[in-house]
Amino acid sequence: MSKHHVTTTINGEPAEYLCEAQQTMLDVLRDELGLTGSKEGCSSGDCGACTVIVDGNIVCSCLMLGVEAEGRTIQTIEGIANGDTLHPVQQKFLEHAALQCGFCTPGLIVAAKALLDTTLNPTEEEARYWLAGNLCRCTGYDKVLRAVMDAAEVMRQEAGR
Amino acid sequence: MSYLDKESLKVVGTRPIRPDGVDKVIGRASFGADMTMPGMLWGKVKRSPHAHARIVRIDTSKAAALPGVRAVVTAADFPDIANEEAFVGEGPMNFRDLSRNCLARGKVLYDGHAVAAVAATSQAIADEALDLIEVEYQVLPHVIDVEAAMAEDAPILHDDLFTQGVDPKPTKPSNVAKKITFTKGDIAKGFAEAEVVIEQKYTTQPVHQAYIEPHACVVAVGNDGQCTVYSSSQGQFMVRAYCAKLLNIDIANIRAIPSEIGGGFGGKTLVYLEPVALALSKKSGRPVKIVMSREDVFRGTGPAAGGTIEVKIGAKKSGRIVAAELVLKYQAGAFPGSPVGPGCMCAFAMYDLDNVHITGYDVVSNRPKVAAYRAPGAPNSSFGVESCIDELARELKIDPLALREMNAARDGTKTPYGPTLVNVGYLQTVEAAKNHEHYKTKLGPNQGRGVASGFWFNIGGESSAAVHVNEDGTVAVVEGNPDIGGSRASMAMMAAEVLGIAYEKVRPIVADTASVGFTFLTGGSRVTFATGMAVTQAAEKVVEQLKSRAAAIWDISPEAVEWKEGKAWPAGANAGSFEPLSLAEIAMKSGRTGGPISAEVSINAQGAGPGFATHICDVEVDRETGHVKILRYTAVQDVGRAIHPSYVEGQMQGGVTQGIGWALNEEYIYDKDGRLENPGFLDYRVPVASDLPMIETVMVEVPNPRHPFGARGVGEVPIVPPMAAVANAIADAVGARMRHLPMSPPKLSAVLDEQDPPRLAAE
Amino acid sequence: MPRVNYAAPSSVDEAVKVLAGASGLTKVMSGGTDLLVQLRSGRLKPDLIVDTKRIPGIIGIREEGDFFVVGAATPGVMLSGHKALEHAWPGIVEGADLIGSTQIQGRASLAGNLCNASPAADSVPAVIAARTIVVIAGPNGKREAPAEGICIGPGRTSLAKGEFVVEFKIPKPKPHQCDAYLRFIPRTEMDIAVVGCGINVTLDGGGTCTDARVVLGAVAPTTVLVEDAAKALIGHKLDAATLAALDAAAQAACKPITDKRGTIEYRTKIAGVLARRVAAIAFERAAAR
Repeated sequence: MSKHHVTTTINGEPAEYLCEAQQTMLDVLRDELGLTGSKEGCSSGDCGACTVIVDGNIVCSCLMLGVEAEGRTIQTIEGIANGDTLHPVQQKFLEHAALQCGFCTPGLIVAAKALLDTTLNPTEEEARYWLAGNLCRCTGYDKVLRAVMDAAEVMRQEAGR
Repeated sequence: MSYLDKESLKVVGTRPIRPDGVDKVIGRASFGADMTMPGMLWGKVKRSPHAHARIVRIDTSKAAALPGVRAVVTAADFPDIANEEAFVGEGPMNFRDLSRNCLARGKVLYDGHAVAAVAATSQAIADEALDLIEVEYQVLPHVIDVEAAMAEDAPILHDDLFTQGVDPKPTKPSNVAKKITFTKGDIAKGFAEAEVVIEQKYTTQPVHQAYIEPHACVVAVGNDGQCTVYSSSQGQFMVRAYCAKLLNIDIANIRAIPSEIGGGFGGKTLVYLEPVALALSKKSGRPVKIVMSREDVFRGTGPAAGGTIEVKIGAKKSGRIVAAELVLKYQAGAFPGSPVGPGCMCAFAMYDLDNVHITGYDVVSNRPKVAAYRAPGAPNSSFGVESCIDELARELKIDPLALREMNAARDGTKTPYGPTLVNVGYLQTVEAAKNHEHYKTKLGPNQGRGVASGFWFNIGGESSAAVHVNEDGTVAVVEGNPDIGGSRASMAMMAAEVLGIAYEKVRPIVADTASVGFTFLTGGSRVTFATGMAVTQAAEKVVEQLKSRAAAIWDISPEAVEWKEGKAWPAGANAGSFEPLSLAEIAMKSGRTGGPISAEVSINAQGAGPGFATHICDVEVDRETGHVKILRYTAVQDVGRAIHPSYVEGQMQGGVTQGIGWALNEEYIYDKDGRLENPGFLDYRVPVASDLPMIETVMVEVPNPRHPFGARGVGEVPIVPPMAAVANAIADAVGARMRHLPMSPPKLSAVLDEQDPPRLAAE
Repeated sequence: MPRVNYAAPSSVDEAVKVLAGASGLTKVMSGGTDLLVQLRSGRLKPDLIVDTKRIPGIIGIREEGDFFVVGAATPGVMLSGHKALEHAWPGIVEGADLIGSTQIQGRASLAGNLCNASPAADSVPAVIAARTIVVIAGPNGKREAPAEGICIGPGRTSLAKGEFVVEFKIPKPKPHQCDAYLRFIPRTEMDIAVVGCGINVTLDGGGTCTDARVVLGAVAPTTVLVEDAAKALIGHKLDAATLAALDAAAQAACKPITDKRGTIEYRTKIAGVLARRVAAIAFERAAAR
């Protein structure tokens, strides 16, 4: 079985790799590219631990083939911070103790960041429905939502609204 | 020393950012599946498709011959160990059963039971090899349900299992592994005096801990027999001990390294993959990595027990309970060992009762062997008892919190299972709930409010911790408990408090079995209590050393030195007028004053304080569909002393959410062949973010004086009340008493349809 | 995951050629959110996956005359972002929007949802209710078929070997015509529909229904276009008697199974409940359009 050669952009940098057709994007990130921040929780698109952003939309990387990344733009948890500067979502997760075991955290942060890319004024209910695809078993979501709403506030202030 | 005066604390009680936090929000923290070792092979496990069958023959030759396969193992590669039971933490462990659970020997006992494993150079080849392993089964009749397993004609799982705890000793094997009883007073006399008796039967289904991280390990066995095990577990010393036991290896030859752990809740307090991976690594001569799929997790790892709860409560019209009787039948799964014991012990612990009789049965059936799940056994029995108390309150027309106040256990109450309670805060939780604004708010149509209480013992146990002063005055705290909820931050906080230095100068690490003394696993809500105690004692020993070094520098007696605000001070004018020496200054001089400044402490922590909670839940019911919406939830809990309040709140909120899932939608669904129909997160329905409101927490602090900071365990109590709180709220909303979990929409809808006329609210 | 071959043709003709020349089991992939789950679970072992997403026009929404034309592989997030489509057929957009999570929305498509042929598919009832036409390409060229003719059983479609869906032609609504879709699930998100209902109504100036299509999902081997339910609405305003007749007609059309997601009795009852609730929303919207 020959491998596919894929050229893509990951976290702002050009990337290329070889993969077999059945390897998912998640497999490629974790096993070929050493980007283990995205996690495998279920491999059926039900838990969101593998969430990445593809061409601006969040997707489950476990339900995308590695070959599909050709020519696309991918952003993973490793690309959310700006060098040493955490994204407001990341900072607020820390301040609000919105993580306990931390396993679902990368997926949640990527999804929350994508939410705030679409709107800086989500209601709590909108944020809950947006994040319904990210399972967390530790926190009960309370502090997660507080962190997301607080990050939105910080970003609104930075945007001068 | 005691640090019980909250006002004097500078670090403990604040909310600093956890030291492992940045790694976790940028995706750099390393969990079980994130590790690789050079040259490693991929391992995969083959699982039984039958609920109950004899293994006639396993032929691994075709699999072994597939190019890329380097090893294949079955139970034949594990030593056949004797039937031995050891008490470990919260429940007994039989190592023969554990071995047979890791790889089936002779029989498969549930759909998903591991029968063989391979290690190959790629995941694809390993998958192909699994298909090439030929297993010939003789399928046997199976039994799933606990009462069906207890029936006379039930298929028997183990020919050598005879019910313990019955007299005369039985001669026929049974699926009932044991019967236990607890008695206090005289229930016949008690019930005779009762003016009202409520008698009901409740049931719960097995539910899974559903941690988001599947089990994973990477192991290597060297030519010299030295084993390295990197895995996601709740206790690396447990991993080491269990692997040693199962594979007949000297404990000293195994080094178990804890990865970060993506949730456990009790489900990772034992091993499934590590012994199998070690066997594969030994056979192949290469490191081996095995990661469970989500389907494997549901089919092959231990859920919480389900079962039946029969409650009978007798009371005076005034509300005073005069007698209580309880019969529990809990599923253990394929091997004995359900938490029916703790279930019995916790059920009435909130109440001061003179006459109680509790009977518990531990029953095997063809389902995965149960494992601990957050207060194992207690949520089930409390669902029954707290629902029955609510039914009593409604019958007597007494407010359910007032009824609990009237019968509340307090300091001096003797529990039905023996010990007398001391320094407990149950009544305080009831009063805080009663006085909370939530309890006074008005409800609308089809809305209802329920309350329920809960209890968990919490344990202490063996912990080791070291505190090392670095040359620049920063400090390392070395401990051995995998951090599942923010505990390493609390360790650093307690050390910083004792040493009087900034939290940011203390770096905690969770060390492997070669790098810290023996430490019992993370579970039983013990870490902040027991390991916190060890850390505190080690830090105090360091303070003594710092004082004596200052004394040496000043050439005075160590008794003349005191330690405060992170500095050594001469104690009084007579000691001499020296400028205080900071920890950093003393550290810099340590080489010249006697060498490294360090202390390690190993203890068996006694005096763990039990925890109590009282919860308030508001729901709204869609009468036409039976859909339940959680409108508001307030959890009140006696937390002793909140070392890091955010992480205590987090434990409360997490436990509540798991309880809500257990109440409303979570269950194992089996088909008629005993195969699990919902081994995934699509149809095993855990709460999602849109299912819940914010979860309010009220931390009542009744310090546990046996701990230097007053800590008591907090992690498990919060899962105990929610199921009854939700059921009681539904009864209040629409007059439908749900006694069988989960209270999913079709079941509630069926009960509502039978109401004639429809009840607007509970009578 | 079992090994598989992969092709990503860059035109309809190329795709037709690849599909015609394939031996063994071939699956067309749009968003892959059903296909990859089935591959992973071992339920499907295709030899070849043909990814249509590189075909120009297969992702996108355009207005052409009296139709909204939606490319087969257009992901749900694009549907919910299209203001004109959302205004015209909110039920279709809501139905598609309910498929899975926000992450699933980033990939899941109308074609995938339809051709996966699950009776519980969330976008299908409203798509059928709106009288959508499916445009299919194959070895004999292009053809059009009504959406309700595509699913013929659980997991089975009427597409011939070598055929695949290229686009959906959704007729623009008339004045006072609008739709709605609701489903019942045990949680608030992330579940497969226990019952789904999509209704499209047209009203006259006085609020009386002049045309209706009522479609139920998850209550039969395929979605059900319930003629009797439409008859219960046509010629009537949405009063208590109409609602009761609608409820009864919806229940009568159910041929559900008992499975891990619902019982026969429960699904039948909920079909009636949802039909009433969906009709109320559809009538309200139609009156306002």
